Amino acid sequence: MTVTTTPGGAPSGNTRIGVVTFPGTLDDRDTLRAVRLAGAEPVPLWHRDKDLKQVDAVVLPGGFSYGDYLRAGAISRFSPVMETVIDQARAGMPVLGICNGFQVLTETHLLPGAMLRNNHLHFVCRNQRLRVENADTAWTSDYEQGQEISVPLKNIDGRYVADERVLDELEAEGRVVFRYRDLNPNGSLRDIAGITNAEGNVVGLMPHPEHAVEPLIGTGGTDGLAFFTSVIKKLAAL
Amino acid sequence: MARVVVDVMLKPEILDPQGQAVQRALPRLGFDGIADVRQGKRFELEVEGPVDEAALARIHEMAETFLANTVIEDFIVKVES
Repeated sequence: MTVTTTPGGAPSGNTRIGVVTFPGTLDDRDTLRAVRLAGAEPVPLWHRDKDLKQVDAVVLPGGFSYGDYLRAGAISRFSPVMETVIDQARAGMPVLGICNGFQVLTETHLLPGAMLRNNHLHFVCRNQRLRVENADTAWTSDYEQGQEISVPLKNIDGRYVADERVLDELEAEGRVVFRYRDLNPNGSLRDIAGITNAEGNVVGLMPHPEHAVEPLIGTGGTDGLAFFTSVIKKLAAL
Repeated sequence: MARVVVDVMLKPEILDPQGQAVQRALPRLGFDGIADVRQGKRFELEVEGPVDEAALARIHEMAETFLANTVIEDFIVKVES
């Protein structure tokens, strides 16, 4: 699919990617921008919308949805927009959860496990190296397995946990999509930074690819852009 | 109105760094003899109407689907008169 973007204008591609804003979401604007830079049409979605406005894929961005009260992602899971997102994700629609969005995806049980307070109890903000462990998901096909990328990471509830049986299953099925390299920033079990569901359409990760899509900001690189180009290619191939 | 309490605790096998931080602070503050601390959450629910079996079943469901994440947490429902 050939897609061109006009600076500051609407892209001419016809892939529509929705970005959900919950009360307390912080990274929706960056995510909408990343979607546009990758060549798709960004579609803002509101947490009260049950209707997904005919988007082809959905991103749940980072932040502190509903203040992270109770547990991170726990209240958002019951929002009207998520009822539809859950149904559509089960039907095969690509869904990406970044940071708080990953927490929401574990609370919905679209992804296994749970996210807890970092083992050292500090908020972390750093450029994080990641190893791409699975380049076959809807959101990672523009990477190569084994490739190392650098994207920003910022969280306090980033410790991924699951029981041993689930962890073994994730490893055996190749569903660990990203692993922390150099340093495990939050005590996540088996250095897991991101995982996918069995079908490969739902991906969640703690680091922030949407903050690494322009040379001027973030890491200074564009390592995160391939998330969005991957899904555009995936949708074009359908 | 009756009060029903839901206590939510991390499962024993889940690392609780907040509890550990509290436990490590205790000797510094002169409180000795505490071998372990785990930190949980307590929800106090003021229930309208009678706390009968049906009401308790609803609260149990509420705790299981929302108040606790049973992937990582256990919960106990208690009626306080």
